[in-house]
Amino acid sequence: MFFQDLMLKLLNYWGEKGCIIAEPYDVEKGAGTMSPHTFLRALGPEPWKVVYVEPSRRPADARYGENPNRVYQHHQLQVILKPSPDDIQDLYLDSLRAIGIDPLKHDIRFVEDNWEAPTLGAWGLGWEVWLDGMEITQFTYFQQVGGINCALESGEITYGLERIAMYLQDVDNIFDIRWNSEFTYGDIFRQAEYEHSVYSFEKADIAVLKDLFTTYETQAKNTIEDKLVIPAYDYVLKCSHTFNVLDARGAISVSERTNYIGRVRNLARMIASLYIQQREDLGHPLLKKDGGLNE
Amino acid sequence: MSKTYLLEIGVEELPARFIDDGKRQLCDNFTNLLKEERIQYEIVETFSTPRRLTIVAKGLGEFGGSEENIVKGPAKRIALDDSGNPTKALVGFMKGQNITREDIIIQEYNGEEYVYGKVLSQGKKLEDVLSSKMADVIKNINFPKSMKWGGKNLKFARPIRWIVSVLDNSILPFQLEGIVASNITKGHRFLGSQSIVIDNIDGYKDILKENFVIVDEKERKDIIKYSSEKLAREKGGSVEKDDDLLNEVTNLVEYPTPIIGRIKDEYLVLPFDVVTTPMKEHLRYFPVLDDKGRLLPYFITVRNGDDNHVDTVVKGNEKVLGARLEDAKFFYKEDIKHSLDYYVEKLKTITFQEKLGSVYDKTIRIGKLTEKIANYLEVGDETKRNLDRASYLAKADLVTKMVTEFTELQGKIGMEYAQESGENEIVSLAIFEQYLPRFSGDNLPSTTAGAILSMADKLDSICGLFAIGIQPTGSQDPFALRRSAIGIINIIMDKKVNVSLMDLIDFSLYIYVEESGLASDFNKVRAEIFEFFTGRVKNLFLDQGISYDVIDSIIKTGTDNIYDMKIRGEKINSWVKDHNINDMLTAFNRLSTLAIKAESSEVKRDLLSGYEVQLYDEYNNLEEKVNTLIQKKEYDKALSTLITLKEPIDNFFDNVMVMVEDESLKNNRLALLRKIYDTMLRVCDLTYIVGK
Repeated sequence: MFFQDLMLKLLNYWGEKGCIIAEPYDVEKGAGTMSPHTFLRALGPEPWKVVYVEPSRRPADARYGENPNRVYQHHQLQVILKPSPDDIQDLYLDSLRAIGIDPLKHDIRFVEDNWEAPTLGAWGLGWEVWLDGMEITQFTYFQQVGGINCALESGEITYGLERIAMYLQDVDNIFDIRWNSEFTYGDIFRQAEYEHSVYSFEKADIAVLKDLFTTYETQAKNTIEDKLVIPAYDYVLKCSHTFNVLDARGAISVSERTNYIGRVRNLARMIASLYIQQREDLGHPLLKKDGGLNE
Repeated sequence: MSKTYLLEIGVEELPARFIDDGKRQLCDNFTNLLKEERIQYEIVETFSTPRRLTIVAKGLGEFGGSEENIVKGPAKRIALDDSGNPTKALVGFMKGQNITREDIIIQEYNGEEYVYGKVLSQGKKLEDVLSSKMADVIKNINFPKSMKWGGKNLKFARPIRWIVSVLDNSILPFQLEGIVASNITKGHRFLGSQSIVIDNIDGYKDILKENFVIVDEKERKDIIKYSSEKLAREKGGSVEKDDDLLNEVTNLVEYPTPIIGRIKDEYLVLPFDVVTTPMKEHLRYFPVLDDKGRLLPYFITVRNGDDNHVDTVVKGNEKVLGARLEDAKFFYKEDIKHSLDYYVEKLKTITFQEKLGSVYDKTIRIGKLTEKIANYLEVGDETKRNLDRASYLAKADLVTKMVTEFTELQGKIGMEYAQESGENEIVSLAIFEQYLPRFSGDNLPSTTAGAILSMADKLDSICGLFAIGIQPTGSQDPFALRRSAIGIINIIMDKKVNVSLMDLIDFSLYIYVEESGLASDFNKVRAEIFEFFTGRVKNLFLDQGISYDVIDSIIKTGTDNIYDMKIRGEKINSWVKDHNINDMLTAFNRLSTLAIKAESSEVKRDLLSGYEVQLYDEYNNLEEKVNTLIQKKEYDKALSTLITLKEPIDNFFDNVMVMVEDESLKNNRLALLRKIYDTMLRVCDLTYIVGK
């Protein structure tokens, strides 16, 4: 199965289950969870269902395009089901069948894994899903986001697309994944991987990035003052990514690290409260939709 | 007719580490309910898998037993009129409680007489108890980490998806936050039916087995154990014994099928732990060893399912292990490009604790501390040289790629790399042994160098963190200082180290003062640390069966030599058990009460007379013997000798008045008592011993 078919099949599968098929959010981020489709919508009592592919940047994982498993940017396919339906695990297993993984031919396990994102003030309980020993999915019931208890708990399913594709295509190197019949993963990303590695580890201008962090932080705070949730959140994402680059660059000492993470978390918390307030003021419009979003 | 009840809580995969305790709580909550309601039962069996917690209760009574309760009514003066007849108040009370005059008794309460009614409450019907209380039985199971889901007002380790509740083969209905109990369970996630009716409790285990669920964890464990052994034997090896891993794997699967895969030979050149750690910790594989304990190129993993398509599963697992070991091989090759001492400087980049500096700073402190301890214990020059080197290299592996990735290999990797770098055997081993013991019951350091390094490392953490006010409180002990203290104490006892605890604490604290000018209330901190250690010593001794009064009696002697305390504890404990000591204790208690008033223990013999002389002489006759016995640490014999003074002491108190007007006589008598008291205190403080 080609990489693009893997994405399309999963998007379609969840689309048919009532999820909005959304596009990636256009600000740099380290994980699908950071998209406002997840971070904000997980808050408050309103239902939500969405699926999207999120290119996720992890500067510290960059390996100059030379490591068969680690890359600067990988792709997460993210599903949010809020509230989590009773048969969420079965829905997930059916999605594996949809991409040709027959549980009867493999060993599929749900192994305890508790997820935590300190910069987002978020945590949840769940599993990593193993396919014959390989972790292919992160499965989490959100409990807290932005330091606030979830009023209605979401189920989050995050597929590691590259790992699944490598397994399905039986290739040992990420760059050998066949994207479609003509192009490989390497054709598309190897040069970008190399350049991002050089930038993140060697070239990124530390002083400029530190300034940018503060500038973004100030902009986020001012925008929060103006009660503009989404634009403010965009600047939090920018802070987060800037911090990740600085961290990869080795420009942040241990004690500074805690400080930076605290600053991002602080912004995330303010935005979470602001969003909850805003939805309340709007009268929770998604609660009033006829029959809700559930079929 | 007795009844049988089955409850199965169907859940999404529970964390393996929560299952045994969750099941125990379920059983406890249930039996407590039965006891509260006075419902008889013969036995409550429990079963568990990752997806279900089950109890089967047999021989249940249909009703709870009846019970008589005494209920307080109005005061007697209100309840009865002058001629002793019930007033309206009492009639109302009797009516309310549904009792008659015969059930009324009078009792005093707070100086006033009240009427009380003997009220017989009938036991409730089993069905009613279960349907009204089972939801609470489930809700009151607590997990170390629990979650909410789907907007329910309920917390559990993972979502509850079904409940089977069957009494004598029909549904015993109740609801838990919208989850309706039924008689339908599910089989194995992929192999079994997803709708199985339990209409016969006796057939529960069998019908689940037909649906690929072995609900009895003991049975699963046996299957894993024996099938794995069989697979290993076919390859001429055996499975590495690891009960924790076996228990964990048992709680990860409903239908275990052990399968065997191959490790590529190229990875077998890596150090043993480098290969087995990712296997066990990350992938839950069992290593296969030959008869000399060497790793064979196989691993055993336990599939949650049957043996169809096993080849695919094996191939997938081999691939995953390959990727992990490829990483390990890369780290190993990179790391050994440098010798171990190359990494010491890099420890400056890792913080030990913000106020206590980097791990490099800690390394320097440990070096000084091991030197002080080595001098104090007068170890040989070669050991000193080895210790010096081992201290310097102790933490170096923390910055290697391997330990950065596999933190649980700290020490082991240090040892491996030390050998690679040409360090001698003792130095290498000490680097590993600094972390011993890692858990309760773990091995202790085997070498003197390892023992001293281990004590120094732990002591440095305890003293430093106490000095900056980071000490364990309640369940909070992020630096595992309690475990460290227990480790030090165990090493001292094991190695029979004759050392004053206070001296050890001072060594470490002085280094902090000299090295980093750490300012703290020195005397307060050392007293706190001492107290902290004493608390651990008490607990350890209690665990070893030494009774608390004996422990206190030893601590009161003021000794801070743990090894000596241990000997005293054991000897005095059995001495106290073997002797009838009550009368003797009385004598020494009388003596002690007065002795502490003495200002000196200088006795002037010429001022003594009669029974005083007798006591003084008898004491003098045995003083030397007692001292010799104390020196030989024969504390039990010392006590046996001392208590021969019981009679002269009794005679003394029966016939001599101590607190007389004449100051010099009084002081001389007190001094005599004090002299004996002081000698007693050198063995233990008998006044703390509780008689039988």
